[in-house]
Amino acid sequence: MSKKGSIILGTPLVLLSFILYKTVGYHLVTIILMLATALLAGGPIIYRALVALRYRVIGIDLLVSIAVVGALAIGEFWEAAAVTYLFMLGDYLESRTLEKSRSSIKSLMALAPETARVREGANEIIVSPQELKRGMSVVIKPGERIAADGVVIEGSAYLDQSSLTGESEPVHKEVGDEVFSGTLITNGYLVIEALKVGEESTFAKIIHLVEEAQDAKAPTQKFIERFSKYYTPAIIAIALITYLITKDIRMALTLLVIGCPGALVISVPVSIVAAIGTSAKLGILLKGGEMVEKLGKVDVTAFDKTGTLTQGKPTVTTIKGYGMEMDELLRLSAIGETYSEHPLGQAIIDAAQERGLLSEQLPEDVDHIQGQGLTFSLEGERYLIGNRALLESHQIDLSVVMEDLARESHLRRSVVLVASAKEVLGLIAISDQVRAEAGEVITQLRSLGVKKSVMLTGDNRATAQAVAEYLNLDEFKAELMPGDKVDEVKQLQSEYGKVALIGDGINDAPSLATADVGIAIAGAGNDVAMESADVVLLGEKLSPLIDAIKLSRLAVANMQQNIFFALAVAAFLLVGVLMGGVTLSVGMLVHELSVLLVILNAVRLMRYAKGKKKTII
Amino acid sequence: MKKVTLQLETLSCPACAAKVQAVLKKSKGVKESEVLFNSSRVKVSYDAEVINLEEIKGKISKLGYSTLSAREE
Repeated sequence: MSKKGSIILGTPLVLLSFILYKTVGYHLVTIILMLATALLAGGPIIYRALVALRYRVIGIDLLVSIAVVGALAIGEFWEAAAVTYLFMLGDYLESRTLEKSRSSIKSLMALAPETARVREGANEIIVSPQELKRGMSVVIKPGERIAADGVVIEGSAYLDQSSLTGESEPVHKEVGDEVFSGTLITNGYLVIEALKVGEESTFAKIIHLVEEAQDAKAPTQKFIERFSKYYTPAIIAIALITYLITKDIRMALTLLVIGCPGALVISVPVSIVAAIGTSAKLGILLKGGEMVEKLGKVDVTAFDKTGTLTQGKPTVTTIKGYGMEMDELLRLSAIGETYSEHPLGQAIIDAAQERGLLSEQLPEDVDHIQGQGLTFSLEGERYLIGNRALLESHQIDLSVVMEDLARESHLRRSVVLVASAKEVLGLIAISDQVRAEAGEVITQLRSLGVKKSVMLTGDNRATAQAVAEYLNLDEFKAELMPGDKVDEVKQLQSEYGKVALIGDGINDAPSLATADVGIAIAGAGNDVAMESADVVLLGEKLSPLIDAIKLSRLAVANMQQNIFFALAVAAFLLVGVLMGGVTLSVGMLVHELSVLLVILNAVRLMRYAKGKKKTII
Repeated sequence: MKKVTLQLETLSCPACAAKVQAVLKKSKGVKESEVLFNSSRVKVSYDAEVINLEEIKGKISKLGYSTLSAREE
């Protein structure tokens, strides 16, 4: 019979037994009803206990079985019926509430698309995502989820990537952009070339990592499991000794029931699974219970600079023309940089594109001068784009730009000068801008009580100092080689305790591994970072770091509440039994309630994501 | 050697998971087994000449947990 069926049948039986027991007492009918309940609810328990015993496994089933058989033997029919019924009902309710604590992960999996539309010639055919192959053209319409990672080859659309990154603002995608499976098209349409399909896709990998994470045990959990291995046999021994000393069989049997370590053993895993599931909804991958515990107790946050505190992408911040219009200056520079692969050149092209100044004209006779810049011809004129040294080597008078040069270099920006063969035409300043949310994140870390926020970077001292001062960091270390970063992390660990290192997960792998918690930002699509970091912020933003730390702290507190509560209930019951007054059925009732309360307490953690979503919208 | 991942109905207590683990460990033909409590899954690698998938499922169901689906690797 199914568990649900047993409960539907068992409930009227146990209620009727109770009423008859209170009105007519142990009448023959009452006893038959109670025996029926005990058989219905207790039969499977005893059977399972015997099966387990054959493999010499002593579990909770065995404790309950001995208690029931004992109760029947001494004529306590009501106790036997009540204990088995409560145990069965408790088990059912617990598995239902447990499902709730795991529901975040289930709802994440439900976002996997079930079909994909493949373009074949002039036709579109519907296939299951498993049938997709690399190189296929996949068409996605509004309201549909993308079934593979790929690159846009046609159309443009706004995507809701919140299933992946937790960020709810729509993102615009057009030809050439990268898109991820599991994300939703809100309007527009896309045709993509599938690049990663099935298990290879980012979404499948995230699901897989979350699944692995929820069963990666926390140290506290391992401890409790070791403890409970000896706990159950010990309870049987204690019950036996109690009987031998006091000859009180009721007390001995009750000890067996209250000795079930149910609430204690479930206290940690249930909090962990709720925390991991909830964080996944916010675009944060916490790789297991150990990481939740460590992140919750972090003392120092160390940041990589480029791509973590800054956007990792140089952008134009100042354009100034000397006798030339700004737009014309930018247009001209972008033409000159057409073939350039220098990051500063790319920044200039991006700026021109943003302002709609990208022309189709091409530079002639381009000459790259290593470490200085380039010269080129356009419509018969010769132009120079580069640093001060380039212009000086062409004997161009710099007096007009000296003041601006000094100001920009004080602001730690890179300066590109533009000149004709005779004179300076303009100046373009470029810098890797600090992330908009970085300052707020540092402030919040401080208010959360993180002792220090430091920056570790391979970049030069002047640039590092500018960023550190701007963000009001406690400390910074510049011009570090990858090996130096590892030493710096070790130094921080010995001075302050637990260190979390936040980086892009690409070139800081050794220091991420050395830190107590290695956190990678912009993880979606970055397989190396997703695999190797302990915590992955899937989106492009730094702010989920705060959620990750807050949630981990809440989870650690939640676990501690659960452990404390479980132990307190056990102690309370023990005193109750020894003083008399706690019967078998009362003991079982309190025990099952305590397990349920522990699970419900963990489910409370899931409210964090709900509160978060509201504030975003 | 065969490898299989079984999805069980919700494991309601860690002790139940430990019980399944212990029984599998002591079963002939089962080389490695891992019970994942939170995801209610069992990963087993076994010698197909000694024990088959149905027998493994049978052992677990005797402990009170039915197998919802099985995926062979």
